[in-house]
Amino acid sequence: MRELHVNEVRAAVARMVIDANCCIGEGMLTCLEQCRDREEKTLSRNVLDMIVRNDRLAEERMVAMCQDTGMAVFRVQVGQEIHFVGGSLDQAIHDGTAQGYEEGYLRKSVVGEPLFDRVNTRNNTPAVIYYEFVPGDQLHITFAPKGFGSENMSVVKMLKPADGVDGVLNFVVEAVKNAGPNPCPPIVVGVGIGGTFEKAAQLSKFALMRDVGSHNEDPRYAALEDELMERINALAIGPAGLGGKTTALGVHVEWFPTHIAGLPVAVNLCCHAYRHSSVTL
Amino acid sequence: MIKLQLPLKKEEIARLRAGDEVLLTGPVYTGRDAAHKRLTEAMARGEELPVDLRGQVIYYVGPAPAKPGQPIGPAGPTTSYRMDPYTPALLDAGMVGMIGKGRRTEPVREAIVRNGAVYFITIGGAAALIADSIRSKEPVCYEDLGTEAVCRLEVEDFYAIVGIDSLGNSLL
Ligand code: SF4
Repeated sequence: MRELHVNEVRAAVARMVIDANCCIGEGMLTCLEQCRDREEKTLSRNVLDMIVRNDRLAEERMVAMCQDTGMAVFRVQVGQEIHFVGGSLDQAIHDGTAQGYEEGYLRKSVVGEPLFDRVNTRNNTPAVIYYEFVPGDQLHITFAPKGFGSENMSVVKMLKPADGVDGVLNFVVEAVKNAGPNPCPPIVVGVGIGGTFEKAAQLSKFALMRDVGSHNEDPRYAALEDELMERINALAIGPAGLGGKTTALGVHVEWFPTHIAGLPVAVNLCCHAYRHSSVTL
Repeated sequence: MIKLQLPLKKEEIARLRAGDEVLLTGPVYTGRDAAHKRLTEAMARGEELPVDLRGQVIYYVGPAPAKPGQPIGPAGPTTSYRMDPYTPALLDAGMVGMIGKGRRTEPVREAIVRNGAVYFITIGGAAALIADSIRSKEPVCYEDLGTEAVCRLEVEDFYAIVGIDSLGNSLL
């Protein structure tokens, strides 16, 4: 048994919340610059250039790259040999979120109840937290702030097994087409296939925690990602929806076993503010 | 690039065409989901509004908090379609323009044509850069809404693209 004080978790969460919102990272910047240089239409090229300049400026000044600093989503992989001391792990993550959003001058965008009152909680909590237990004595946390311009354009559908590969391809492309300019293209497309209704959605969210442009290790799914990428970019929605070659920066597919009667598919969209951070404690 | 002084004159709006790139200088008012709901509910009850939007442009934005010494935090546009249920009433009451991102529904396009108004788009997610063209921010009403409160911004050379012009031509 390894002891881990929850204060350490809280402090790490506060730091990673700020870091993800202000620093998009070299991987994304390079990707955006390459897309900018490929664009032929002046307006589309200028939009991508503005995005690159924006993201560099945000990092330099340590301010949020987008005013929508999202709802806080965490994937927490807990080594089963850890004994947490000093309080509740869950509370430490919420507290670290509140601390980071306050200290980082990040926007508080969460309402405490969704339908009747919709009163802002003023500290961006609660966070959405997914826990998994893994072997070992380490705690691994990934954070992704989720803006709702793109979250609102996400969809889940229960396809029939007979719909097959074509059914999946058409559904994903259609979802991106319907979203059009709303999710702040260029976007990253997270696709979850299989599991149950909510499992597919969760897979699509985790797909958006991968490095941009990375591939599924199963070559069949990697090929599916490439085909989706091609068909989505052929939609020519383009940067800010103004047309052009760059509609998607990446398509990430994750899968899980499913029921003999089902083929659930979820499409979670993320804007070009493709932000994450992770830490191992 | 067309330089425009706010508040906009009707003749200037009439000359703008979808796809034109503009630089706006002058006052704009912030407002998004919750403020639109309150404003249109107050109008429906026949109350006087706490902000006079006649002749003005509204910017769909909920800024991030400002760091000390800064007038405003990062402040890019939010998706416009969520304001569509409220927009025709505001345009009919004299508002002349909106700044946001994404497509509008047909009733909004019709209200733009009916009133000789304009819809500008600006670049979603370029919030830190956009904040550099905002000089000041003063609260106007609904301060209890936090980031969703209505504020008056003074902008200078604020970059936007005409998304829907007064003839109803749409870029997106
Ligand atoms: S969709 Fe993304 S880039 Fe666009 S406003 Fe929301 S968080 Fe910002």
